[in-house]
Amino acid sequence: MAPDPSRWPVLRQLRGKDSRGLGAAVTSPRTESLTPRTATADRVAKSICPYCAVGCGQRVYVKDERVIQIEGDPDSPASRGRLCPKGSATLQLTTGSARETQVLYRRPHAAEWEPLDLETAMDMVADRVIVARRDTWEWQHEGKDVRRTLGIASLGGATLDNEENYLIKKLWTALGVIQVENQARLCHSSTVAGLGTSFGRGGATTFPRDLQHADCIVIQGSNMAEAHPVAFQWVMEAKARGVPIVHVDPRFSRTSALADEYVALRAGSDIAFLGAIINHVLSNDLYFEEYVRAYTNASTILREDFRDTEDLDGVFSGLDRDAAAYDYESWQYAGSGVRAASGDMEQGYAASLRDAARETAHGESMGAGGAPVGDGGDPPRDETMRHPRCVLQVLKRHYARYTPELVQEVCGVPPEQLSRVCDLLTANSGRERTSAFVYAVGWTQHTVGTQYIRAASILQLLLGNIGRPGGGIMAMRGHASIQGSSDIPTLFNLLPGYLPMPHAHEDQDRMGLVAADAAERGYWADMGSYLTSLLKAWWGDAATEENDFCFGWLPRITGSHATYDTVMAQLDGICKGYLLMGENPAVGSANTGLQRRGMANLDWLVVRDFSLIESATWWKDGPEIETGEMVTEEIATEVFFFPAATHTEKDGTFTNTERMVQWHEQAVEPVGDCRSDLWFMFHLGRRIRQKLAASTDEMDRPVLELTWDYPTHGPLQEPSADAILREINGHDPAGNPLSESTQLRDDGSTACGCWIYCGVYADGVNQAARRKPHTQQDWIGGEWAWAWPANRRILYNRASADPAGRPWSERKKLLWWDAETGRWAGPDVPDFPADKAPDYEPPEGARGAAGIGGADPFIMQADGRGWLYAPAGLADGPLPTHYEPQDSPVRNPLYAQNRNPVRKTYARRGNRYHPAGDEPGADVYPYVVTTYRLTEHFTAGGMSRWTPYLAELQPAFFCEVSPALAAERGLEHHGWATLVTARGAVEARVLVTDRMTPLRVQGRTLHQIGLPYHWGPNGYTTGDAMNELSSISLDPSAQIEEVKALTADIRPGRRPRGPALPELVAEYRRRAGIDEMTGVAP
Amino acid sequence: MTGTRSEPRFDSYYGRPIINPPVWEALDIAGYFFLGGLAGASSVLGAGAQATGRPALARTAKAGALGAIGVSFVALVHDLGRPARFVNMLRVFKPSSPMNLGTWLLSAYAPAAGVAAASAVFGRVPRAGAAATASAAVLGPAVATYTAVLLADTAVPAWHDGHRELPYLFAASAAAAAAGLGLIGAPTAQAAPARRLAALATGAELVAVELLKHRVEEVAETYEEDRAGRLMRAAQVLGIAGAGGALTAGRHHRVAAAASGVALLAASAATRFGVFAAGMRSAEDPRYTVGPQRRRREARA
Amino acid sequence: MSGPESSADGLGLTSHDPARAAGHEDPPPRVGFFTDTSICIGCKACEVACKEWNSVPEDGLDLTGMSFDNTQTLGADSWRHVAFIEQRKPMRFVDALAPPGAGAGGDPDVADGRVRADGDFRWLMASDVCKHCTHAACLDVCPTGALFRTEFGTVVVQEDVCNGCGYCVPACPYGVIDKREGDGRVFKCTLCYDRLGDGLEPACAKACPTQSIQFGELDELRERAAARVEVLHEAGVTDARLYGEDPADGVGGDGAFFLLLDEPEVYGLPPDPVVTTRDLPRMWRHAGLAAVGLVAGVASVCLLGERARP
Repeated sequence: MAPDPSRWPVLRQLRGKDSRGLGAAVTSPRTESLTPRTATADRVAKSICPYCAVGCGQRVYVKDERVIQIEGDPDSPASRGRLCPKGSATLQLTTGSARETQVLYRRPHAAEWEPLDLETAMDMVADRVIVARRDTWEWQHEGKDVRRTLGIASLGGATLDNEENYLIKKLWTALGVIQVENQARLCHSSTVAGLGTSFGRGGATTFPRDLQHADCIVIQGSNMAEAHPVAFQWVMEAKARGVPIVHVDPRFSRTSALADEYVALRAGSDIAFLGAIINHVLSNDLYFEEYVRAYTNASTILREDFRDTEDLDGVFSGLDRDAAAYDYESWQYAGSGVRAASGDMEQGYAASLRDAARETAHGESMGAGGAPVGDGGDPPRDETMRHPRCVLQVLKRHYARYTPELVQEVCGVPPEQLSRVCDLLTANSGRERTSAFVYAVGWTQHTVGTQYIRAASILQLLLGNIGRPGGGIMAMRGHASIQGSSDIPTLFNLLPGYLPMPHAHEDQDRMGLVAADAAERGYWADMGSYLTSLLKAWWGDAATEENDFCFGWLPRITGSHATYDTVMAQLDGICKGYLLMGENPAVGSANTGLQRRGMANLDWLVVRDFSLIESATWWKDGPEIETGEMVTEEIATEVFFFPAATHTEKDGTFTNTERMVQWHEQAVEPVGDCRSDLWFMFHLGRRIRQKLAASTDEMDRPVLELTWDYPTHGPLQEPSADAILREINGHDPAGNPLSESTQLRDDGSTACGCWIYCGVYADGVNQAARRKPHTQQDWIGGEWAWAWPANRRILYNRASADPAGRPWSERKKLLWWDAETGRWAGPDVPDFPADKAPDYEPPEGARGAAGIGGADPFIMQADGRGWLYAPAGLADGPLPTHYEPQDSPVRNPLYAQNRNPVRKTYARRGNRYHPAGDEPGADVYPYVVTTYRLTEHFTAGGMSRWTPYLAELQPAFFCEVSPALAAERGLEHHGWATLVTARGAVEARVLVTDRMTPLRVQGRTLHQIGLPYHWGPNGYTTGDAMNELSSISLDPSAQIEEVKALTADIRPGRRPRGPALPELVAEYRRRAGIDEMTGVAP
Repeated sequence: MTGTRSEPRFDSYYGRPIINPPVWEALDIAGYFFLGGLAGASSVLGAGAQATGRPALARTAKAGALGAIGVSFVALVHDLGRPARFVNMLRVFKPSSPMNLGTWLLSAYAPAAGVAAASAVFGRVPRAGAAATASAAVLGPAVATYTAVLLADTAVPAWHDGHRELPYLFAASAAAAAAGLGLIGAPTAQAAPARRLAALATGAELVAVELLKHRVEEVAETYEEDRAGRLMRAAQVLGIAGAGGALTAGRHHRVAAAASGVALLAASAATRFGVFAAGMRSAEDPRYTVGPQRRRREARA
Repeated sequence: MSGPESSADGLGLTSHDPARAAGHEDPPPRVGFFTDTSICIGCKACEVACKEWNSVPEDGLDLTGMSFDNTQTLGADSWRHVAFIEQRKPMRFVDALAPPGAGAGGDPDVADGRVRADGDFRWLMASDVCKHCTHAACLDVCPTGALFRTEFGTVVVQEDVCNGCGYCVPACPYGVIDKREGDGRVFKCTLCYDRLGDGLEPACAKACPTQSIQFGELDELRERAAARVEVLHEAGVTDARLYGEDPADGVGGDGAFFLLLDEPEVYGLPPDPVVTTRDLPRMWRHAGLAAVGLVAGVASVCLLGERARP
């Protein structure tokens, strides 16, 4: 451009007011025409952040069909426009150069990828599914009908949309594939079991926004400020009022830095710590007596033959040591067969067979729902709570030995610090005040993970903090839709809405299952309606009264088929085909070495992701290739890589950590071969149905009859997520959308893909797409999106009022009974029949909702009460008990029973366990290792290690050690260290820091080492994967792995390369005298 | 060493500098200061020599001024991140920017120096030559001293804290350089002013340096240690040697005079590179930023 | 030593309305940042949001060992920088044993009776940024007018004008502005000048999860900051102090100021910065005298010589 002489700044200096040439006179034409690129956008799509489960609102700015900017949506009540570094890097994630856009194919034994045409690739996968399924089909298993295949498995879903999870579960189930799993198994399966058995639903009892009303917040087993920074704003709101924040964690993190009280404890000892607080509350009568008497099962009397860990030195009555399983019979309430809130209905089934529950539980099923009560009506109660066998007294005896001195011994926490936490909690709970607990995978990922959450549930019930504003237990979940992938489960043991996946039993029909498992009272009583409506949604007109609504077409499970069992099936050659949908087990799952060995034993593997993650390339550059344990040319696995579409390239809903279902709009079309998982599943199913169209084989009927005619749109034939959400919501015989689950029927007249989501499309409106700004609503923000159940935000909120329906206190009022209108009033949607009066007494034999009294807040529970004591539903006991982790340098000082007697272990090559406590060889792995997330990275790294703006902020895998440990082992700050376990060895840069505190435990100094788990060999920032060190040892109620507390040795310097690496690991095993029997005894 | 924690020194953030050290190349910028000083002072000396009937000395000084300013222009442009945009320097007239004023100054001075030199060398257009000589002589001192302000007008402790003394140091150093050039170029018969100037300038420079170091307190270390220290000491030695040589053997022996001249030029260059190095050092160590500022704050409190 | 009292200098440095002083007629209210480091969680969202919006290049994978700070400093490729300081110092006091009543945080519902928080350790985090000084040295010394004062009172580099002379780099008393490798020009925080023009807040402030970074009209921010310090002092956080909020300081007050929990230099900030151009008139006076001295000197050696001749 020709400069205009009259614009010469010197002249403007002379003419104008800016004689010194500092501002107005010196601006350039470019400066004067500057506009923000957001102002030039053609359109703005409303979206949701794809990283963690806080579910921050995002606005996606599009110009010329390209995304030009992504930033926070100020209207969102969950995030108020804010984003953490990951959310702020979403533009680079979705538009960056790290994304693959081409389908890649690896032939058996090939050393390299080759490009493959998308259509061909889809056809090839369809063919392989058909063949593998036919070759491995099982009509029967041990004489029982199962009509299934164990030859195919699918893993992943927590990063996907609800609609995508729905299609995954629907198609695979119709194909008889039962090994369908996702990150929820690895992250929060124990949450569903723990909260579900305690309160009736497996989701967080409250939502982060309510933390601002707490009078004390205890964050334990969570690094909230780092893993959920935007939700942490609500903790900071409370802190700004002077509310004390307590952080209990093995490691001083960015959360501790903002806390008022930081408690360093030994990883794996939280139950002892919580047990001591429970003991303090009980022995000093500091519990909220009215609340406890009216709303919990404290007064319920137990059977005479129940024996506690106090009586049996660390185990409960009913333990079968050979089977490493419990017989639950003696745990029941006196005179009645109670069924689990969240327990596997299998107990119910068994109960109906043997008047006693016996079966391996996996506590998630019915995690959305309550406890069936068997015959026998109300269990006997002693309202004085003095009866020696009433729950409160049992509880007192059980926790009597959890003293401050014991806490010092087990946790390394000084008594005075424990008493400060006790004082903070008790002083800030009761009628006038409420305290909240926040936790995450620091609690869930243990061999007693479910019981960690149970312990907090007991404490919060005793303090009267459940169902009340500022109280509750906030489970912080880690993937954008990991709550959704539990609700609409890609989990082997669940059907949508926490309906249990049927086990193999002789001629069990639909109502047989319901009769066996559904509660007599509470909302679970209508399970038949939920199940029948699901079958109608899946098989439509083919599902009739005559054919039992195709109930028989559901494949049957026999025991556990969780993801770690699938790995075993792969190693055993049973599972031949594997699909990874946005999950990276070669880095993120426990014992990654075993994960890769399993994949190397597959016929074929399908990986769908943004970039070439470790799970896609292990055959050419995995650690075993480097060590020579595997040779690329010898690996026969055929590998397909499909580039995935991002959240900005598809419509759909995420369900965040507060059970809020949020719709995100498609902003642009995906590039190249990138496709949504909705597209992949729909067109895979379409192809398979085409190829089988001519089949008359009975095994193919379920998939051929499956309702699979979804409308598609756009150049890519993208199926309509909206249509699928409508199917999930359900419709009446006329096809009109239903508005609540109470409209569902068991006569086949209604169809509903997920009963707890019934209402998300109420009145034909996509409620999840609602975007009313929080500034135009009350603090609850109920008109932003939609939360299950029935858009309630604080669960069990009936408990915010006293039995008579009056708020416990003005300061903590939420719901109250309005006698005039005869309804419950208050800002939140009542989690209670809206017109049920407080004085309502259920008539004799009343079923379902009618069977719940007017003062019973826990409407999903058979007895309407919060469970201090879980008479059923959990595999390892009705009360939380401290057991040592699978790998522990310390002996359990509480009981002769050292570890959880019914934990799941796998005595396999490559999965050896450490000697524990005082066993010989334990000192070979003398240090406790705990693992965690960093703000700057995400899970197994697939969405952060390839993103330069995030990678540069945390550019290397490191370990954190105390100065004392550094001195003891000669570790140099900023240098290298090698960590060794019986499974593997990794190298990490060393950060020597006072944030790691050595603890005094059982008279000796105990060192802990912190390891972030985000790294792997691929990506922009690379490093060894922490999970090379971890073992597969599981919680029996949830099959969740123990990766928050293990042991290891640490030494200065980098790890050996090549064959020397496995040799080093073997040499350690020899020194520790480890064999297949080590650590596996109950 | 074992067990080092990532704990910062509490007088700084992990020992990192607080201000950003200059991004200038020493050769370009210190070199420019030297040549600019040489040019500016030479123009004055040239005029003086002409006025007092020393044509050879005048010719040498004027030609030297032109040559020096020419090279320094190249150095200036070369040091820019975007040399093509040098002309942007004349986009504004900015009293608060010594570099801006300096550019305007140079664009007035350079042509004058050019005409003065051309006229002196080729003996043409004597009237224009006289006018040019006069204006170059008027602008020359500014050219020789504004660079001190340019340096001092930064947050660099060794420079800013010495902003009262630096101009005198630069003027003296420039005069010494001009004297040196005169000693090289002019016959001893005409070089008397150069010899005396050498002595006067060197003396003045020694005083200025001492006053400067006294002023900047602990920052004086940066003038005394390492590279800067070596350069400043070399400047002293060379200056004294040059001036001494000029006043003694240089009076009669052309070679000795020339050698003294070279020493004086080297001394002047060493001074500029020394000052530059001291500045860099003082910027890189947070101690020199924090110490004086803390004292200043405490003095106020 | 020149204190702030020796300020007025003919360069308009006495003005506290920089936009007007830079020739903007009826400018909008001056805006800036108040960064409250007491609620910073060190998440670095500010760094990423800034880079995303301004397309600032990623600048390398370098594990520094400086706690969790792998950015190290402000520069041409880092316009926000979160500092991490691990200290063996007591954490704050907490409120416990709470009878509903007097509050530490000003909330009457929060209990009073104090117990000493355990742990003699604290981890400070602070997001640093360009201070957008009232008297900005970088702006004063810029010879091309590439740096200019916006109508919002902020200081911005015009990338199409900068010729990379580098003068602003050592002029900045905070070490903010710097030259970009391979580009030759200088870069720094623009306080999202383009966004301000459209009524948007800067990217870093918008992203900040805890509102440690607050954007707004400077006068209002200063009031808010003063109130915040009082609250913290009441709550026992006696270390809390403001930095850069004082219009009487050596740069006339910062457009981006901070609440710190320790001495400025602990965070890598200068304890008492002064805009170098405040002394410029004095520098010119001395330069003038030196120039005169030069002329006088040369004249004397020429003339005295004449007389000296036998």
